[in-house]
Amino acid sequence: MLTVEHLHHAYIREQVVTADVTFDVRAGEIVSIVGPSGCGKTTLLKALAGLLKPTGGIIRFQGKVVQGVPDGLAIVFQEYGRSLLPWTTVNGNIELPLRYQSISTDECRRRVAESLQAVDLSGSGERYPWQLSGGMQQRVAIARALAYQPKLLLMDEPFASVDAQTRADLEDLVAAVRDRFGITMVLVTHDIDESVYLSDRVIVLSRPPSTVLAQVSIELPRPRDQIKTKAMQQFVEKRSEIAQMIRRPVDGEPHP
Amino acid sequence: MSTEAIRLDRWNSRAFSAIQSFAVRYGLGIALVIVWEFAARKAGSIFFPPPSEILHRAASLWLSGPPHRLFLSDSVFQDVLPSIFRLLGGWAFAVLIGIPLGILIGRSRNLSDLVNPSLQFLRAIPGPALIPIFMILLGTESTMRVTLIAFGSVWPILLNTVEGTRTVDPVQIDTARAFRIPRHARLWRIVLPAAMPKIFAGMRVSLALAVILMVVSELVASTSGIGYRIQNAQIMFLLTDMWCGIILLALIGYVLNLLFLKFERRVLAWHRGARGRTAT
Repeated sequence: MLTVEHLHHAYIREQVVTADVTFDVRAGEIVSIVGPSGCGKTTLLKALAGLLKPTGGIIRFQGKVVQGVPDGLAIVFQEYGRSLLPWTTVNGNIELPLRYQSISTDECRRRVAESLQAVDLSGSGERYPWQLSGGMQQRVAIARALAYQPKLLLMDEPFASVDAQTRADLEDLVAAVRDRFGITMVLVTHDIDESVYLSDRVIVLSRPPSTVLAQVSIELPRPRDQIKTKAMQQFVEKRSEIAQMIRRPVDGEPHP
Repeated sequence: MSTEAIRLDRWNSRAFSAIQSFAVRYGLGIALVIVWEFAARKAGSIFFPPPSEILHRAASLWLSGPPHRLFLSDSVFQDVLPSIFRLLGGWAFAVLIGIPLGILIGRSRNLSDLVNPSLQFLRAIPGPALIPIFMILLGTESTMRVTLIAFGSVWPILLNTVEGTRTVDPVQIDTARAFRIPRHARLWRIVLPAAMPKIFAGMRVSLALAVILMVVSELVASTSGIGYRIQNAQIMFLLTDMWCGIILLALIGYVLNLLFLKFERRVLAWHRGARGRTAT
């Protein structure tokens, strides 16, 4: 589905953010990317989305080399307040990307309704984003991505700006959406609990210049549950395994 | 207390708060006019006629026409309306030139680097200083005056549009790019609406500038217009007429600003809403 080979990126010369990152994502997987702050998680995600041209390495999406934004990809940013357009309604926001796809008006309307229903916001289509709470706005951003029917959904710290309860609800929503629509997801997060809870696999990045420290498979049963899953032995083990890698990065750590 | 009494009480308090808000809004203005009236009467100077006299004179100047023309006198058609048309015409040109040019410059770093020094230089020229040149090039008719108004009032619109389109939130642009919204649609659906609050601020400043420039343009080599009437009245020592013109100008500026604010509130309702939310 998605392969990343020897990705390298430096914003300014000699300030290398991403040194050598290689991994792949299989269709239908949820993969989280975690790492210490400043390790270039967001840079990596932008490169995957084709929004940023990396200084080295190759990204392939569905077999094709990514040059510019590829088709079939949607993104949810952390800053829902800045990524939703305040001058148009919730419906307008979700509909806008669909207008430039070759989709009929009826299909477009159907998708808007369906995606709003999927995030449990059916009654809010005519409201403006700023009339909604933070969690609801992020759900609109997710609905916008769903209506687009992407093959791959990228999420950059999607739940970092909402309160803890909303965060748990949104995590479960994303998991449910994945199960229902079978979308492949790549999630960037700094929250280790979240990465273990949501993912099939967690990719741990080192400090910059970053490389892949480890790829941890998470084989927790699905559907997962905020309380039961997080109490499981495997959850606790995986969480501390990843936490230790991030907390004490050893210089010259061998590549996996 | 009976429901009747409560209802009456509520009505009373509502009426009271309406009176109160009216008093707060217009009280000072009314008080100033009253003071002016008494002071002017007491002083008895011909240079400072009392407002009642100005009002009386204004009515006979502009509202003494026949009923089928809504009582508007010839002077309204010869001076007031042409002035307003020049003002609005010049401002409309400023809007039509300022916004598209501003978008072009705001969205292109190269073009901006190319034209910015020249624009800053042109902007520094006080509009009225160009009247002699415009007179040579365009004569002394309305064309010259409209051009002057447009030239002088385009700057706030142009510069605010540049600023507004340049400072669109990169997250909005990234989102639009990720969803493969084409370039022209990004301009119409994201860049332009995002810049609207700044563009409107520029349009409002330039509307006030347009009023000033309209008067200035009519002080030179003209045969009609409110500015011309004010100057003419001063030369002929018709000081009450002169004051009438000044008050009329203030009224035009005030009403135009009010209308524009109403329009802005309607178009930018989302902006007020969004800003109100983030502030709390």
